[in-house]
Amino acid sequence: MEQKLYLYPVWLRIWHWANAVLFLLLLFTGLSLQYSSVEFSFIDFDLAVTMHNVSGIVITIAYFMFVFGNRFTSNGRFYKAKRKGYILDLMVQIKYYIYGIFVHQKTPFPVTGNRKFNPLQKLSYVASMYFLLPILILSGFALIFPEIIIKNVFGMSGIHLTGLVHISSGFALSIFLFIHVYFCTIGKTPLSNFKSMINGWH
Amino acid sequence: MSRFVAKSIVIGVISLWMIVSASASNAEDTVVFENAEFNHQCFKCHGQKTYHYFNEASGKVVKERMNPYFVMDSIEFYQSNHKSFMCTDCHSSDYENFPHNGELRMEQKFNCMDCHGGDDTYAQYQFERIEEEFQASVHSTKHSDEFTCWMCHNPHSYKINARNNDNINDVIVYDNNICLSCHANLDKYQLISDLTNPNVLVTHEWLPNQALHFSKVRCIECHTEIDKEMLIAHKVQVKEKAVRRCVECHSQNSLLMATLYKFETAEKRNKLGFFNATILSDHYIIGANRNYYLNVASLIIFGFVLLGITIHAIIRIMTK
Repeated sequence: MEQKLYLYPVWLRIWHWANAVLFLLLLFTGLSLQYSSVEFSFIDFDLAVTMHNVSGIVITIAYFMFVFGNRFTSNGRFYKAKRKGYILDLMVQIKYYIYGIFVHQKTPFPVTGNRKFNPLQKLSYVASMYFLLPILILSGFALIFPEIIIKNVFGMSGIHLTGLVHISSGFALSIFLFIHVYFCTIGKTPLSNFKSMINGWH
Repeated sequence: MSRFVAKSIVIGVISLWMIVSASASNAEDTVVFENAEFNHQCFKCHGQKTYHYFNEASGKVVKERMNPYFVMDSIEFYQSNHKSFMCTDCHSSDYENFPHNGELRMEQKFNCMDCHGGDDTYAQYQFERIEEEFQASVHSTKHSDEFTCWMCHNPHSYKINARNNDNINDVIVYDNNICLSCHANLDKYQLISDLTNPNVLVTHEWLPNQALHFSKVRCIECHTEIDKEMLIAHKVQVKEKAVRRCVECHSQNSLLMATLYKFETAEKRNKLGFFNATILSDHYIIGANRNYYLNVASLIIFGFVLLGITIHAIIRIMTK
């Protein structure tokens, strides 16, 4: 019988689901703001602004919890990648997803106590959590306090530029969300990874 | 020595060029107002905080303070719409005599329509329609005859602004200051009202990012009924009818395009694909400035992602 691994501590699971719910709220209210219309809106503009701002502040607090958790617990080690041979490992993983998985090859980087993520997961999680999300949070806070934004950047409104950065990084993260949810169905059973993120055991 | 001579020549040429270009630009900048000399007789006193005159009774030259409400800024006047006027075009010619006859203060003042009404020269400005809108506005219905055009449009300084000024921020400040000249000035406000002057900061507390809204849009954007055929709306509404729905501005069909940005280029979408792109020169409005190409690109990317996921899932199921 395969040994179960306890990979998702309580703080991580709380952060993960809080982050998921808040991100969906932000996505929904953000889309409502971006595509607001007199004739039709998913949600009233002013309510959407309030919900978006509050959710943004709470997701920021949650993000700090995530960063501190990774800094001061052993969970942080899963996000560190070895430089040597990483690209090669990445190619092996991509090849598995576009071919190997269909011919029932064994996953090239199975989950162990020391390796929670395969190289592709590691890249996408690091890019999302340590690059895109900080950009999204910083640009979001700048838009809450627009008076702090530089007025003009090479002839372009600073607020406009910040808005573009915010929307683009939000869009990239929402694409990540769809891919993330789909790839989570690639487990022992389609639901096993979701259950792991509830009970903590892989 | 030769280096010294060369330096002297260079400095000399540059100096000469500066003098010539300065005098040329001075010549270009100089504008002569045909009635300036005549008006100067008035501005000698009314353009200053103090004035002096010879008192025949005492045989002395007397220096007095000018009533601050009768001090006119000559620079503002010569930048205003009425810059070519003689003072006595509107005021009695008896003012040419000093001391002025006290009864002259009782003279009936002209209003806009006395000159601009029914005159084809001014047809493009639609003064008759402006008059109709004003009569229907809260300024007229609540204050009757006491409220005249002059309350907002000072004849000594008012200038057409929105359609002549490239700097939209200047337009906003100029136009909002007209409203604030009463609504943030109790002395003037109580000339026509016994009401306590409401504090606009308090009454607009509900407005998110209040300071940003106040500096980026004009009061009339929300407080007038928009008529697209009018150059500028004059039907100021009761506060209950003011725009409160954010989406009226924060949407692709932003009402700001029919008001604040009316005189900007009429393009709906610029070469870079931004809707209502004229706004973007200085401002950015969530909901109104979405980008056509980014919209299309995001839909294509999102479509490909969904397609990829679907194909991958189907093959997984088929090869299970």
